[in-house]
Amino acid sequence: MSEFMDIITSDNLSYKQKVLHLAQAAENSEHPIKTTAEFDRLFAAHALDDMCEGNAPYRPRYICPDYQVFAQNGSEFLRFDKPETLDDLLWGLAALYDNVPSVTSRPVYVGQLDKIIDPFLEGMTDAEIKPRLRRFLNHIDRTVASGYCHANIGPEDTRAGRLLLEVDRELMNAVPNFTLKYDPEVTSDEFMRLAVKTTMVCSNPAFANHRIHKETYPGEYTVVSCYNVLPMGGGAYTLSRVLLPGLAKLATNVDDFMNNLLPTATGEVLNFMNERVRFMVEDSNFFETSFLAKEGLISRERFCGMFGVAGMSECVAELLHLDSSRTYGKDDEANELADQIMVKIADQVNSFDAVYSEVFGGRFTLHAQAGFSDQQGVTPGVRIKVGDEPANLYDHIRHSARMHRFFNSGVSDIFPAEPTAERNPDAVVDVVKAAFSIDDKYLSFYSSEGDLVRITGFLAKRSEMKKFQSGDVVLQDTAHDGLGNFTANHLGERKVRMSD
Amino acid sequence: MTCTATETTLGAAHPTGCVAPVNKIIPFSLVDGPGSRTAVFLQGCNIRCAYCHNPETQVECISCQACVKPCPAHALSVADGKVVWDNSICINCDNCIKVCQHKSTPKIELLSAREVADRCISNMPFIRGITTSGGECMLRPDFLYELFTYCNAAGLSCLIDSNGTIDFTEYRDLLALSSGVMLDVKAWDDQWFEYLTGENGVTVRKNLAFLAEQNKLEEVRVIVTEGWNDAEAAVDGIATTLGEKVGQTRIRLMKFRRFGVRGPMENSPSPSDERMQAIELQARELGFGEVVVS
Repeated sequence: MSEFMDIITSDNLSYKQKVLHLAQAAENSEHPIKTTAEFDRLFAAHALDDMCEGNAPYRPRYICPDYQVFAQNGSEFLRFDKPETLDDLLWGLAALYDNVPSVTSRPVYVGQLDKIIDPFLEGMTDAEIKPRLRRFLNHIDRTVASGYCHANIGPEDTRAGRLLLEVDRELMNAVPNFTLKYDPEVTSDEFMRLAVKTTMVCSNPAFANHRIHKETYPGEYTVVSCYNVLPMGGGAYTLSRVLLPGLAKLATNVDDFMNNLLPTATGEVLNFMNERVRFMVEDSNFFETSFLAKEGLISRERFCGMFGVAGMSECVAELLHLDSSRTYGKDDEANELADQIMVKIADQVNSFDAVYSEVFGGRFTLHAQAGFSDQQGVTPGVRIKVGDEPANLYDHIRHSARMHRFFNSGVSDIFPAEPTAERNPDAVVDVVKAAFSIDDKYLSFYSSEGDLVRITGFLAKRSEMKKFQSGDVVLQDTAHDGLGNFTANHLGERKVRMSD
Repeated sequence: MTCTATETTLGAAHPTGCVAPVNKIIPFSLVDGPGSRTAVFLQGCNIRCAYCHNPETQVECISCQACVKPCPAHALSVADGKVVWDNSICINCDNCIKVCQHKSTPKIELLSAREVADRCISNMPFIRGITTSGGECMLRPDFLYELFTYCNAAGLSCLIDSNGTIDFTEYRDLLALSSGVMLDVKAWDDQWFEYLTGENGVTVRKNLAFLAEQNKLEEVRVIVTEGWNDAEAAVDGIATTLGEKVGQTRIRLMKFRRFGVRGPMENSPSPSDERMQAIELQARELGFGEVVVS
């Protein structure tokens, strides 16, 4: 049977999921982007890849519209006047989301919701607002139905932000993810406590170091998908990555890796990214045909390309022939080598001329890529492998902060915590404050006993993954990715150190 | 109490170089006071509560050696008649604790106040303070004084978790270094107190009044059991003793759980949710500033 017929006759994909799979299969039957022999060799060796983005990129990977433009003007293309009431706004946004593509064909970003919604709350009671927010968030969960979808709040404490947290806590939805842009200088302790209590129930929000991220791009930033930090009103054209474990396996020794393979693979990925961006900007006509661009919700000049790195843990283990007594995260030599690898990659990426990347000074950004479905033996980005975590949580966070310094477009860690943390939110607040004070850039927590579990950055429900595993059709396709990743990376065994 | 000097920089009354047997240091504790704190558990207790959930902290190791052979990791050995624990190869199976007949453990480190302080301080900036517990940490007031001096100097607040049987009126200097005491009130009536712990509660009640008056009562705790103490009477008695300070006091009502308990209460049931709700309501009606049920 052909690949197309396999999709058409699948017994565990929903209709919508089949349409998306067929679209990707059709795209992949074309090959407009030429690759080098060296690229193909490294691709075959799983030393680099294109994140299955599709062979002919006809829309940016991540699109982060400035939804305030809609809130203030409405949309000519969608024939919406400027919204006057909360209902106008929420129904309008819901329609707009349906027209925001991405690599998954659905929006990865639904906006800085607190700031968009807050001006529309005047004169309304909480009892009037909350049912509306409930319907709105449920609409996103059921229609976008992708765990890569993300909303932002903060750093300011707003009424809308509080109500969104309260409603999210009741709904227990996997979509959208929420990130709180947190800055202890701006965010009140009270708001942060509410956020922590919420995250211990529904694994949302996660916390971004606003003090650092706000300096990344001119203008505002967003956090989308698996913690990608991108320009608001723009986004990311593409994300390609070096798969460090596969590359390490090709090396005869550390010197060969550092001086031959790594610069070669990095260069191949960088050139490949330029080709993809060029195709999208010059040939696909995306920006010419998108009303988002025409109406000013996005502009081509605010897009960048993300250079991804994954599997540092397995890479240094391979290069240094580590066994279980010495592991990345705990062993000084392993950590030092990881640092050197990142210095090398960062130097090369930061001196490469990236096309159409004005928003980041003509360079590609660096992203600690957090994994892909059920790929075995590739720990996300520069994270410490599950099972190798230091006994002391603080040592883990110090290690994270050290590695985070290289990444501007997203790097993160995920920590399960015992449900008792909900009763002492100040303890978690203390840890986040301390982590951010030493320049950790992003972290998230979830209750070790809850139904919602963080996979690479997105959320999936244990109950839904179980259904899909037993052959049932499920609404959200991130439950597919979640199950593979949960199993391959032993996520159920993440070390719980935030306990009694 | 082992102290090497009596004439010191801390003043004549407070020796330095104090050493104590440390059962455990937990870098991040969610349950030992407000915010993120490092909890220090000292070995040795002066009472024998039937509901103790870590009875292995009660007695200092007497080196009977019964645990040495059963250790599957060969982390225990004997040197000069003493049981020696090798932390580096211990697999934390706790077999030694299971076989111990003396409510002790060989997994003890003898550490100076300076060493304990350094370990706590190394957890900064992630913690806002430390909490000392046990066993009964107030059996080692000189050690605490020295430890708190170092921790305060580094900017860490210091809480004392105590069973309240040591008279705090005799340790005003130590209290001055501490931001407060988390006080257990294990029972109210002395017959219940003795039934549960083997001792009476006279000093506990005196401490309750004294600490409240000194504004050093961080939290008062009552563990609710079925048939082992008079929890409702304790809540009443605490409120009466506190008088007008009740409104500034946090009371924690903890449901007895069998986890870790050995001896006569190891199969005792937990109180029902209905009883916990009733006692919570009682505490609220008595006007406690904060009522926490856990």
